[in-house]
Amino acid sequence: MSTVDPKDLADFSEQADAWFAENVERDPGFMLPLTFMEVGTDTQFNFLRDWQNKVWEAGYLGAAWPKAYGGGGLPQAFQIAATRAMRKRQGPIMLNAIGLNWAGPLLLEMGTEAQKQAHLKGILSAEDIWCQGFSEPGHGSDLGSAQTRAVRDGDHYVVNGSKIWTTLGRYAKYMILLARTDPSTERKYDGLSFFLMPMKAPGIETVPIRKLTGEHGFTQTFFTDAKAPADGLVGPEGGGWKVAMRTLEYERGARGGQAGGYVSVGANAFDVFALAQRTKRGGQPVLEDPLVADEMVGFLMEIQALTLNGQRTQVPELIADRPQGIPLASKLMGTEMSRRLNDFAVRLTGVRGAYYVDEPEAADNGLWARNYLNAFSATIGGGTSQIQANIVGEHVLGLPKS
Amino acid sequence: MKDLGRIGFTEDQATLLDVATDFCLRRSPVATVRRLMEAEAGHDPAVWAELGDLGWLGVAIPEAYGGSGLGLAEVVPLVEQMGRRLMAGPFVSTTLAAQALIAAGTEDQKREALPRIAAGEAATLALAELDTDWEPDAIACTATRQADGRLALSGRKVLVTDASEARRIIASVRIDGTPALVLLTPDDLPAGALRQETVIDGTRRSFGLTLDGIVLDADRRFDPNRTVAALEHVHLAANLLAAADMVGGTQACIDYTLDYLRTRNQFGKVIGSYQALKHPIVDAYTRYEQARSHLYSAAHCFNEQGTGEIAVRMAKASADVAYSFAADRAIQFHGGFGFTWDCDAQLYRRRAIWHAAQFGDAAFHRKKLARLLF
Ligand SMILES: Cc1cc2nc3c(=O)[nH]c(=O)nc-3n(C[C@H](O)[C@H](O)[C@H](O)COP(=O)(O)OP(=O)(O)OC[C@H]3O[C@@H](n4cnc5c(N)ncnc54)[C@H](O)[C@@H]3O)c2cc1C
Ligand SMILES: Cc1cc2nc3c(=O)[nH]c(=O)nc-3n(C[C@H](O)[C@H](O)[C@H](O)COP(=O)(O)OP(=O)(O)OC[C@H]3O[C@@H](n4cnc5c(N)ncnc54)[C@H](O)[C@@H]3O)c2cc1C
Repeated sequence: MSTVDPKDLADFSEQADAWFAENVERDPGFMLPLTFMEVGTDTQFNFLRDWQNKVWEAGYLGAAWPKAYGGGGLPQAFQIAATRAMRKRQGPIMLNAIGLNWAGPLLLEMGTEAQKQAHLKGILSAEDIWCQGFSEPGHGSDLGSAQTRAVRDGDHYVVNGSKIWTTLGRYAKYMILLARTDPSTERKYDGLSFFLMPMKAPGIETVPIRKLTGEHGFTQTFFTDAKAPADGLVGPEGGGWKVAMRTLEYERGARGGQAGGYVSVGANAFDVFALAQRTKRGGQPVLEDPLVADEMVGFLMEIQALTLNGQRTQVPELIADRPQGIPLASKLMGTEMSRRLNDFAVRLTGVRGAYYVDEPEAADNGLWARNYLNAFSATIGGGTSQIQANIVGEHVLGLPKS
Repeated sequence: MKDLGRIGFTEDQATLLDVATDFCLRRSPVATVRRLMEAEAGHDPAVWAELGDLGWLGVAIPEAYGGSGLGLAEVVPLVEQMGRRLMAGPFVSTTLAAQALIAAGTEDQKREALPRIAAGEAATLALAELDTDWEPDAIACTATRQADGRLALSGRKVLVTDASEARRIIASVRIDGTPALVLLTPDDLPAGALRQETVIDGTRRSFGLTLDGIVLDADRRFDPNRTVAALEHVHLAANLLAAADMVGGTQACIDYTLDYLRTRNQFGKVIGSYQALKHPIVDAYTRYEQARSHLYSAAHCFNEQGTGEIAVRMAKASADVAYSFAADRAIQFHGGFGFTWDCDAQLYRRRAIWHAAQFGDAAFHRKKLARLLF
């Protein structure tokens, strides 16, 4: 990587900050999704797609991806600066999460030249929305047992079966698909292959599923003799499990290379702290209650610890004993904290905790209750917390499989 | 929101961490720890001499007074590794006494004492009293000025660690109602002034100190103008080093338990494969990583006004919870063996309780943090 001229970086940061200050629209007149998993209406979808495209065109998304594929060709520090400016100016989320954060870096690492040429630019511009077809009705945590079939037929594979909980399934042009090409292997993992699947092909049907929040956001996807092009294989036939595992590393943030920006704006402990500071109960500031205060301190300590954990991974001497420990445990720590934190926020609002989104008397228009319910998307999606605990126990602490 | 601190790591810290990791592993295997627990002195004088030779006692002492002029940030990795190996000896007592001298000793006192401490003379603090809280200015002991100008002490100090070996004891008292620090030497103590206490952590040597009958020259008093700040400084330094010892201990305790979970079989399976054990030990591990991050942030930010105090209190509170939980589960997960003297789990649990009872437990520091942050 080329070295960074601090002056260039400072100029870039300043420009980015000015750009976001001018271009962020915080209240478009409808409820903005807080995570990419919440996009439920066409209005939301179109707004966020335009927004991502605009950010990319301005040079603040994919700044560190190669120029040849639509990126900015700059060192990573520039993208970090752009993302910081986006966050500071409270820009809406990046929509195309699965493309930007997992399919994209995966293709950069393992894709063929043709695949990179075909897909990376569309991921950045949000022209091509991506979804992920891993989970099935019968196989979620036990992904290795996936049964959706793909049978080779000339220059393509014929796909039959069903995927479920497909985020952005209704809007996606492509899916990263894990399917079984050989049901007779001794190890179940060896029969799986990894495809870049066009979603607009005949034989694909997406059926919306309503979430616990009452909104839409994911689908069940049915495949009936749908064609997956053979040149869309990532890795060899039968080598899909390794590719899927790598994808999950990108998804869980255990591996870098993402395009930048953020795909969720879940409340952090500082937002909840601000809520606590302006909340009164019985006429008294709620933080004067020692029990509430103690819980609030606990959350501030916890979020600070997670921030420090991230900084510590940059100091090799301070992670020498278990270099993979913090990266592999960070999803578990972060998502579980977020769930408990939003639960705390709901309780902070006292009587108003009974209200929900759209009730005029609700605190912050019901944001906290909605955040809390949505927090489970992260403790379940991308591998549940229990599965994460198994991973940490087995891969970091060296315990035998359960 | 106030600045809560951040990670920074110097080359000196890295070198000392490396050296200490190796040294403590070699010089304090658990069999040695157990042997020394039963011995009168409680630690190995040869190791103590080596610490002096290595220069560890002078790490945070200015060069002008015979030290190497680094700071407590560089002491943290040393104490972390000592805690990891349950190492005994007056290192922390001596380091904290030196901090008190640096913070509020008179020039004469510093010139006399600090070079000797750096060279290996043990020292300690006599701050704690029964039935007070952990506030540094919660002092009931007194010193009264006599007609001849000398100071007559009164009251009782507790948890004076390593007092029988210390060549200097720095005690907190009140003079005319104002907090003061005074310097004692063994010659000042009447017979029977020290009584060895039975404490929960068998690697410690701790004493009650009766001050009644002790009379000191007026020049034993520290600089009154800097005393209150010094008490605060020592309180935070003590918590920083306690957090270091606890974080090291937490790591070792988790590793020790993992060894058992990987080897003990029940129902035809290694017990570490049961999620009833696996998931709680993962919890212990994530709490450990968080506590260690807080520790090195506190070490790095220690001298920053405001942020230092926040970071230290977070570090101690976090270490208390992590160590207590890891060691508590360690006992449970060893089954019947966990209930025995021979299982090391109890050593860690006792050490965690010892630290919680000194200079403030997690609840105390969280209460202080609420006041600092809100
Ligand atoms: C909002 C959201 C968005 C999602 N988006 C997508 C997507 O875009 N594409 C996609 O492919 N999938 C997606 N998922 C699916 C997600 O990956 C799965 O829900 C998840 O992997 C769990 O699988 P499951 O739902 O079948 O639950 P199960 O695997 O049946 O788990 C049920 C319960 O059992 C526990 N459990 C299971 N196995 C074990 C074990 N070995 N040890 C201990 N506990 C265990 C789980 O932790 C859970 O609590 C999404 C999920 C959510 C919630
Ligand atoms: C004070 C005391 C007095 C005792 N007195 C007697 C006595 O008089 N007579 C007598 O016969 N026995 C006695 N015992 C023994 C006692 O019954 C056993 O210690 C207990 O049954 C656990 O067995 P273990 O020690 O072999 O531990 P293990 O069975 O090896 O257990 C080790 C750890 O693994 C866990 N574990 C084991 N299997 C599983 C599983 N399947 N799922 C999840 N976790 C698991 C346990 O909970 C424990 O935490 C006594 C024990 C104590 C502590």
